[in-house]
Amino acid sequence: MRGTGGRDVLITLVVAALLIWIMPTMIATYTLTVLVIYGMLGLSLGLIWGFGGILCFGQAAFFGLGAYTYAIAAINIGESTVPMILAVLVPALFAAILGAIMFYGRLMDVYLGVITLVVTLILFKFVNTTAGPQYVIGKARIGGYNGIPGFQTLNVPGDPGAYIWGDPFYYVCAVALVIVFLLVTWLLRSSFGRIAVGIRENEVRMALLGYDVAARKTVLFTIGAAIAGLSGALFANWSEIVTPSLFSLSQSAEIIIWCIVGGLGTRLGPILGAAGLAYLKFMLGQQSMIDNTLITGLILVLFVLFLPRGLVPAVATLWGRIVVGTRRRTQPRTMRRTRHG
Amino acid sequence: MAETVLETHGLTMRFGGVTASDNVNFKLKARELRCLIGPNGAGKSTFFKCVTGLLTPSEGHVYMRGQDVTGWQPHQIASLGVGIKTQTPNVMDALSVHENIWLAARRFNDRAEASARADDIIDRLALGPIARTDLGQLAHGERQRVELGLVAVADPWLVLLDEPAAGMSADDVARMTQIIHDMTRTAAVVIVEHDMQFIRSVAETVTVFHQGAVLMEDHVDKVMSDATVRAVYLGKKA
Ligand SMILES: Nc1ncnc2c1ncn2[C@@H]1O[C@H](COP(=O)(O)OP(=O)(O)OP(=O)(O)O)[C@@H](O)[C@H]1O
Ligand SMILES: [Mg+2]
Repeated sequence: MRGTGGRDVLITLVVAALLIWIMPTMIATYTLTVLVIYGMLGLSLGLIWGFGGILCFGQAAFFGLGAYTYAIAAINIGESTVPMILAVLVPALFAAILGAIMFYGRLMDVYLGVITLVVTLILFKFVNTTAGPQYVIGKARIGGYNGIPGFQTLNVPGDPGAYIWGDPFYYVCAVALVIVFLLVTWLLRSSFGRIAVGIRENEVRMALLGYDVAARKTVLFTIGAAIAGLSGALFANWSEIVTPSLFSLSQSAEIIIWCIVGGLGTRLGPILGAAGLAYLKFMLGQQSMIDNTLITGLILVLFVLFLPRGLVPAVATLWGRIVVGTRRRTQPRTMRRTRHG
Repeated sequence: MAETVLETHGLTMRFGGVTASDNVNFKLKARELRCLIGPNGAGKSTFFKCVTGLLTPSEGHVYMRGQDVTGWQPHQIASLGVGIKTQTPNVMDALSVHENIWLAARRFNDRAEASARADDIIDRLALGPIARTDLGQLAHGERQRVELGLVAVADPWLVLLDEPAAGMSADDVARMTQIIHDMTRTAAVVIVEHDMQFIRSVAETVTVFHQGAVLMEDHVDKVMSDATVRAVYLGKKA
């Protein structure tokens, strides 16, 4: 692993640049943008679940919190830079507190799932009840089920009049995803990341080796929430309105399905799972013959049954076999004979 | 006189009606090697779990190098420099031998130093050929050896091993005996074992547990020839 870091970054950058350049020829950038944003959201759960063993049923809570933080801050500030930063910090802080309570309380995995689910539900219910005019934060009305429309969208830092929208916004989102991806890669190769994987594998053992498991899980959980918050803020900019459905359980469930289908324990899997399934949903949304939750459910069932490790690990295994296979075939004959004889 | 590294006062652990550890007073000196024996269910593992923080004792106190560590978390106790091997295999199955041992070394060393130490222990334990193999694919004896490596690589001053020789081949046991002897140069070692031959080969003082309490504590020869011990333990085995 050591020494190949620079080469990997280069490969990532080249492949990413090619994709960012080619994809708009196949899919409209408006659609692509949201696929990229969902990819980042998928990666946020893929990081904490796939590499930290933390199954969070409430990743949508951080996504929604990021979107709402952005919208509310943008209305109050009227320039997008600080709101973008707040949209990362607020969900991260929220996750740090929630995570500390859960991990220092040494909750079992099942309860962790239940608590994150309940927190999401509470946020969803709460935001829905804020339709009245008394629910304001500064100049921003929270708006309940109507959501918050009409906030300042992304602008060139320092110049509120220079909006970044359309194709440029697509490039901003794509570059943001590449940066987050590289940061996640770096994190996973650092000691912190390797220790996180150790904790995923055997918490008790890692504690007996002297690692403060609760602290490390809290930090990882917080990083995941920060990434989800960033994707939420980008989503707010894309849709130009935020609504309570961002916090919904179906949104949370979808993120989990993206990770399972794409492949847990990989960095690419959750991104591809998210983009792929979201695109499918978009296509199915164009027609009314087949219900798209049904299809998503069907895909999940098929994957759990036939590719339980997900798409990316399956492709990697297949690729490995092909490479090994060709190597065998190209071996000199004498070698083969001695091996069998 | 050597420093006392581990001491328990009236250590008691109850599970509902079962008293698994009953008023245990235990004392261990620096670099001492002690064996704990006793029939199944005597409370040996429970005693270990109370000492290592995996269980919080119902009553009594645990002292390490004079410090009261009762109620501490396992990671806090391990961070003092205590190496632990639990009775059931406790490793990172999906990770390689090298990664497992590196993780153990990394707790007390920087990245590069941890890697060097892991390589060194892998050599000493003759794990070289399987260094890149995942733990999940190894035989029982190899896994036990790796777990010993996890303990040894961190340079502990107190080592607690719960049945390290269980299910090992004679070769493996011989190699392990050597490693344990190496450890006693810098660490006090407590070993829970059933294998009498092994105990004779490593121990001087033996503590006998029976129904949660300490039945006897003496030189290995005296313990082995004691009538009561034979009755509760050896008698049943023979
Ligand atoms: N978590 C628990 N809950 C209830 N009872 C327990 C628990 N752990 C241990 N016990 C009981 O405490 C007693 C001592 O068990 P312990 O595992 O300490 O024995 P041991 O000496 O290690 O035995 P062995 O040689 O079989 O490993 C047993 O009667 C056991 O059933
Ligand atoms: Mg036991």
